[in-house]
Amino acid sequence: MSSQLALAVRDSSTMLRRNLLHARRYPSLTLNLLLTPVMLLLLFVYVFGGAMSGGLGRSAYVTYLVPGILMMTIGSTVIGTAVSMATDMTEGIVARFRTMAIHRGSVLFGRVAGSVLQSVASVVLVGAVGVAIGFRSHDASALEWLAAFGLLVLVALALTWIAVGMGLGSPSAEAASNAAMPLILLPMISSAFVPLHSMPGWFQPIAQYQPFTPAIETLRGLLLGTHIGNNWWIALLWCAALTVLGYRWSRAQFDRDPK
Amino acid sequence: MTGLAIAANGLRKSYGDKTVLNGVDLAVPTGTVFALLGPNGAGKTTAVKILSTLIRPDAGQVSVGGHDLATAPQKVRAAIGVTGQFSAVDGLITGTENMLLMADLHHLPKAEGHRVAADLLARFDLTEAAGKPASTYSGGMKRRLDIAMTLVGNPRIIFLDEPTTGLDPRSRHGMWQIIRQLVADGTTVFLTTQYLEEADELADRIAVLHDGVIAAEGTAEELKRLVPGGHVRLRFTDPAAYRSAAAALAEAARDDDALALSVPSDGSQRALRSVLDRLDGAGVEADELTVHTPDLDDVFFALTGAPAVPAQPTATDTAAKAPAEENAR
Ligand SMILES: Nc1ncnc2c1ncn2[C@@H]1O[C@H](COP(=O)(O)OP(=O)(O)OP(=O)(O)O)[C@@H](O)[C@H]1O
Ligand SMILES: [Mg+2]
Repeated sequence: MSSQLALAVRDSSTMLRRNLLHARRYPSLTLNLLLTPVMLLLLFVYVFGGAMSGGLGRSAYVTYLVPGILMMTIGSTVIGTAVSMATDMTEGIVARFRTMAIHRGSVLFGRVAGSVLQSVASVVLVGAVGVAIGFRSHDASALEWLAAFGLLVLVALALTWIAVGMGLGSPSAEAASNAAMPLILLPMISSAFVPLHSMPGWFQPIAQYQPFTPAIETLRGLLLGTHIGNNWWIALLWCAALTVLGYRWSRAQFDRDPK
Repeated sequence: MTGLAIAANGLRKSYGDKTVLNGVDLAVPTGTVFALLGPNGAGKTTAVKILSTLIRPDAGQVSVGGHDLATAPQKVRAAIGVTGQFSAVDGLITGTENMLLMADLHHLPKAEGHRVAADLLARFDLTEAAGKPASTYSGGMKRRLDIAMTLVGNPRIIFLDEPTTGLDPRSRHGMWQIIRQLVADGTTVFLTTQYLEEADELADRIAVLHDGVIAAEGTAEELKRLVPGGHVRLRFTDPAAYRSAAAALAEAARDDDALALSVPSDGSQRALRSVLDRLDGAGVEADELTVHTPDLDDVFFALTGAPAVPAQPTATDTAAKAPAEENAR
């Protein structure tokens, strides 16, 4: 059993190295995915900011926006994960891996580890843009920063597994990119840009309980000291559920005979 | 041990209601080269995919390297190397990186991995291109890298699905050389090919897959004995000479379009002289004369029922019909 674990770790880290090599060799793929969140951040702050912020003032609105934009950055990064997973499956290299005596899940584990690392790097880059245009945390303690980081990693893990499942289920890179679209659209209808109470009443429950809003509200609470309430455990529940679901779905698809 | 590297019994596989393999039996002795022939769509790739653990058969028992495919697929995988019909290289990374990826997955120590990678790249004439992304390689270079990757880890049994398709003649001979060398080292090779000459050159035993079953199996010599003897082919440029020759050699098969006759013959001196004498008697001289002894092509066509000149008659038919329809309107 422990030798199985050693095999899993060893082969998964080989697969991770391969994925990181891809990311390093073709950084434009990763950076392109960051364009959407960064553009939206700048657009909302400098163009729509006056109308959207409800008289908050620019720097307060930047501060309100950044946590949501960071969550959206993860959604955007994992679209790339779905696309590269689908690309991998259409090429022969994964068929080769399947005929080798390597740990069966390592192709997926390596991909997931790479995608989580990439999400963290992306969040740091976009976060830096946020700080550059005026984002400041409100006296967050070291523990709160750590919790914020942990939350971002958990969200990245959950969305990555879902994206991997989407990639495995798509016949082509284009199909994977379309299938993963909701991961960047969902934040648009969350509390990322405007507070829930400013939305139409019938829509509020949808926005409130979809996966992004509780995660964004928890992140805001940790960094800005706003009220977290029950958001933290709803967020964790979503993360756990999506991770388990995405993992099961991915494994089932990967273990099926290839077409 | 049975002395068999690959043993398959009653292998079946269908896709939907299309039966691809309908009870295939295979026996490949350790250390030999086995060639699987068959027309496009016969199921060669399907057979390789099953034997190499990529897909599961619907029925049948398979043991590879002494391990049961159904109960010990990981042990089978540890014994084999596979080069599929379609490229299985990572195009985004370089040739060397592809090789090192294989070395890592075979858990070779770092230094040994680098040595094996460099050796194999050199053996497959890829040293110069080793630092370039594999997506920039030509088809033949990708194919060579593909096979080099398969050899990392020194597998005892190797599956090669059309290993030389797309290679130029020099690379093809190089590949044959490498396959012979592998066999000399005791490796078992299971290959599929469209080039019957290749099977003739390399394989100890050849099987022809047709309609989901093995239509014939044996050495190249054994298979050649299955088809009727060869023929003498005569070609003319003058239609009149062609007609007189056809009259003199009534048993010949005629190809009126090409002005060519094909006279059944065992290729012996006596048979040849008789043909020439009869041509002299008719006062005609052929512009070209070739003697055909039966080769694997004949075996292949005889067993799989594929016509020597496929599709041509239908093409002329439709061409001839089209103007007639025009007139009818
Ligand atoms: N995943 C699949 N789904 C449905 N049909 C399939 C699938 N894979 C193969 N087939 C069918 O099975 C038959 C055998 O295919 P296979 O690729 O094994 O032939 P082959 O002998 O390798 O042909 P070729 O010489 O063209 O490579 C074909 O008719 C093909 O259409
Ligand atoms: Mg094939």
